[in-house]
Formats: sequence, C-alpha cells, structure tokens
Amino acid sequence: MALKNSIEEAAKRYPNPRSAIMPALFLAQKEHGFLSGDLLKEVAGILDVPEIWVYEVSTFYGMFHTEPVGKFHIKICTNLSCQLLEAESMLAHLEKKLAIETGGTTPDGMFTLSSVECLGACEGAPMMQVNDGYYHMNLTTARIDEILDGLRKEAAE
Amino acid sequence: MFEKILLKNAEKPDAHGIEAYEAAGGYQALAKVLREFSPDGLIQLVKDSNLKGRGGAGFPTGLKWGFVPKDSDKPKYLCCNADESEPGTFKDRVIMEGDPHMMLEGMALASYAIGAEVAYLYIRGEFVLCIERLETALDEAYRKGYLGRDILGSGFNLDIHMHLGAGAYICGEETAMLESIEGRRGEPKLKPPFPAVAGLYECPTVINNVETLACLPHIVNRGVEWFRGIGPEQSPGPKLYCLSGHVQKPGVYELPMGISLRELVDDHAGGARPGRKIKAVIPGGVSAPMIPESGLDVTMDFESLTAIDTMLGSAGVIVLDDGDCIVRAAKNINEFFHEESCGKCTPCREGLDWTGKILHRMEAGEGRQGDLEQLDFLCGSIFGNSFCALGDGAAWALKAAITQFRDEFVQHVEEGRCPFH
Repeated sequence: MALKNSIEEAAKRYPNPRSAIMPALFLAQKEHGFLSGDLLKEVAGILDVPEIWVYEVSTFYGMFHTEPVGKFHIKICTNLSCQLLEAESMLAHLEKKLAIETGGTTPDGMFTLSSVECLGACEGAPMMQVNDGYYHMNLTTARIDEILDGLRKEAAE
Repeated sequence: MFEKILLKNAEKPDAHGIEAYEAAGGYQALAKVLREFSPDGLIQLVKDSNLKGRGGAGFPTGLKWGFVPKDSDKPKYLCCNADESEPGTFKDRVIMEGDPHMMLEGMALASYAIGAEVAYLYIRGEFVLCIERLETALDEAYRKGYLGRDILGSGFNLDIHMHLGAGAYICGEETAMLESIEGRRGEPKLKPPFPAVAGLYECPTVINNVETLACLPHIVNRGVEWFRGIGPEQSPGPKLYCLSGHVQKPGVYELPMGISLRELVDDHAGGARPGRKIKAVIPGGVSAPMIPESGLDVTMDFESLTAIDTMLGSAGVIVLDDGDCIVRAAKNINEFFHEESCGKCTPCREGLDWTGKILHRMEAGEGRQGDLEQLDFLCGSIFGNSFCALGDGAAWALKAAITQFRDEFVQHVEEGRCPFH
C-alpha cells in the first residue's frame, strides 16, 4: 500500500499517468532493490498503463536494474577526464579487492561493481558513487580501501 | 580581476539556503519583473541582452522564447535542462549545489515570459546533493511565496516539479528530454515541429539550460548594457568554464565569454603538469573536436570556436598532455557515445560499434593497413545521417582526432603497439 500511495502522489505532478512511470520505477526500486517482472506489472497496475510501457522504460535507463544488485552498488566513472587520472587503475584495484570483474556481484551479495559514464564531477577525477550517495572524488587506492572498509562496517552494524 | 556573478554566492559555504540568497538580493529580480514588466517586455529585455543559451548550441534565449505562439490556448511549459552529462562538464552541478535559488528564480522569470504555469526541472538522477538542495530550495521558495499561487500578489502562478533522469546522456537532447518527461524511452524526435510550437504533451515548450536560467536574474537586476559590456559583442556575458584532465588546477572558473583558451588553461588552471607539455585541448565537452596546442590562442565564444571547426559546446575543457595517447582518448570518447547512443538510428548505433572495434585493435597494437581509411569512411557515414547531434558529435570528434594527430594513428598501426603504454 505504501508504494501505491507514493506512486499516486508522484503522479499528481503530471497531466497523465504515463509521465509518472520513471518516478514510479525509482520508488519501486528503492523499496525492493531491483525491478523484477512482477514489480513492473505491479507498477503498471497502479498507474493503469500497459505493462509494455513500464517494461520499455525500465530497460532503457541505466539507473534502473531489472536484475538484483549488491547491497552496495559501486559505480566508478571511466570517461576521459577520469581515465586521464588513472580511473582504470582504480577500477582494477576495486576488482582485485572485491575479487569480482566489472559488472559482477560478490557471492555474498554485498557489492556490485560497475563502470559508468561521466557523473559530472570531472574536477575531482577519478571519482565514484556508491548507491545513491554523495560522490567520492579524488580517489586513490588508499581512499578506496577506506571507503570499502566503511561500507563493510556499515553492513555489519 | 573579473567580478564573479554566477559563482559569487555559490563559492561561499552554506549559501544555498534562502536566507543567504535573499540577503544577497535574491528574488528581487522576480519582484521587479512582476511589478514592472509585461511578459513581452521581459522577452524584449532578454533579446536585447543577446544572452545565448549555455547548454551547448548557443541559441539566443530571447529569440527562443519569442517562438512560443501567443495565440495558442494550450498550456505552455518551461523545462530546465539539468541533465548535465557530457564528459568534461560539471558547471551546472556547481550552480545547483551552491546557489540553487538563483536557477529557480531564473525559472520563474522564464516561465513568466512565456506564460507557463507549470515548469519541469529535468535533473540527472545521480546528482544526489543537487537534488537534495533543490528539494529544500523549492520548499523554501513556496513557503516564501516566490512559487505557487498568486506569486508576490501579482496573479502569476507557477509550480515547479522535479523529474529525475535515470542515466541516459541522450536525454540532454531536448526532444529526448521531453519524451523522457512523458514517460517514454529517451529517443530524439524529428524537428520540426520545434518544441516552442509542439513540445511537452504537444504544447508550446521552452527548454533552457541551468546556466542560461541563472543569468536571468542578473540581467534583470543590472540591465542589458551591463550584461552586453561583458565579453565579446556577439556572445556577451559571464561564462562558467570547466577545466579537467591534465591541468594542475582542475575546477569551474567563472570568467567573461571570449577569454583566450590559452589564458584559461595556463593562467587560471595552472597549465600542464610539471615536466609536461600540453598536446591537445577539447574545448567544449567530448563532442567538441579537439584542437592541438598551436590553436590555443582561440577565444572561448560560440563564433570563434565554430570558425575553427570546433565548438564552445558545454565549455567542458579537457586537457591532454604529451604523455597522453590520442588513440586511447579517441577510443574512450567513442566508447562513451556508443554506450549512450539511444539505438534509434542505424548509422549512430552500428557505426560507433564499428569505429570502436577499429580503435580498440589499434590501441591494442593489432591495427591493420586500411583501418585509418576505414575510420575516415565511417566518420563520413555517421555524420549527418542520424536524427540528433549525438552521432554527429561522435563522428566529428573522432574525425578531428584523426585529422589533427594522424601520425599517432599511423604509428600505432605501423609499430603494432601503443607508443605510450
């Protein structure tokens, strides 16, 4: 019910329910972690729009996940300004520390590692974002280790 | 020293709240306009200021507003383009984090000019701090009566709604953005009709960039003559430049339009790293063709950069030095455009896959004879053959890298290795 209410609230901002598909998917994903087929159907039902409209949006935008992701989704920028400042070494360090390849999730479901397109913080290259948190800028391997330790501690609490 | 205008408040800590904004004269431009200007009068003022859009295309803002039909009985919409996603660009983020009310006041002014009572703020979903600051700023502005019903007793109504993007660069293209607000995949639409006539929900719509909107309160408060006195006659006003890559002091710099690229890179951003020399500079985000070091005396305005076959674009300046491989940079830029192509047009979708494969093998030392000519051919096939500017930008940027630094590409193929890595 909570999801239904918040989606209906978001839909008030638009003259038609189709426009509320993106905000509805953000709300659904926040609650459930990822957008399963059943959840997409539920969203379509709440907005009373065809399921295909919801499905096609969910698969177009990079921030919507139709597969499960880890508790902490690490998104590191590898575009030009970050690449010039060693983003690829940072990515390699993350792969090594987490023992997964880019795009993968740790077996315990704790971390997913993605390389993403420019996050608009090139002055702080190399940089990354964890889930929908504030940006981590001016990364070094030592700083990454600190961030990972902090996340593990957070998960343990 | 140039007096900061757009960053004057943003660079102070904790200046993002409404008290700080009001103390610095905030929302006085809105009060003045509602008291003294008709919508047409405001359009004329902005036309007279010669403000050109800061989102990349440099289209005159007042002229764009003037295209909204006066006789239409449909609702009008303003959309703020805050989908800043072009690699090398981070100026709008700095405005929204540091001085969100300046942009909201600009949105209110633009909405009044075009007769919009609803405005959408399309912001990329990753900009978490901006979104938080804007949510707070919107609450504050409603509470103080700068938004909502009967604003400052004028009878003007305006609601601003945020619509979060979800990780698609293409949604910065205005018709794709409108599709996205309507709840569809962000695929550009053919123009005409232009959004000013048939945009959001088929209604007259104006799309303005964050920095463009942020200029508006200052034009109202300080006048057209003052604004036109900054920078070159054809492209006046203050400008935010984003410096990144291999410079000593990356960051956002506010300076007049028309400053020389050399001064910007050397004097303001500290120039190349010790022991390095600048090799090439991308002046306006990665879709802007790179220019070699010898071209750095160009001035940073729409006309001067267009004249040397590149563009001011988003003013995202990326610096490459003599330790950086141009083929690797071109490959990185190509990967970005390939990933972000919406897939609608074949030349862009398939062409960038093909150029990407060639660039990948060149950089890996497996380039073949004929690869460079194939890239030349593909750039020509992609350019001009897609709906929107994404494919054009990708092809144009690659073509410039090949043209300016052809020897480096040849060297990769002939030596069968990357000379830099």
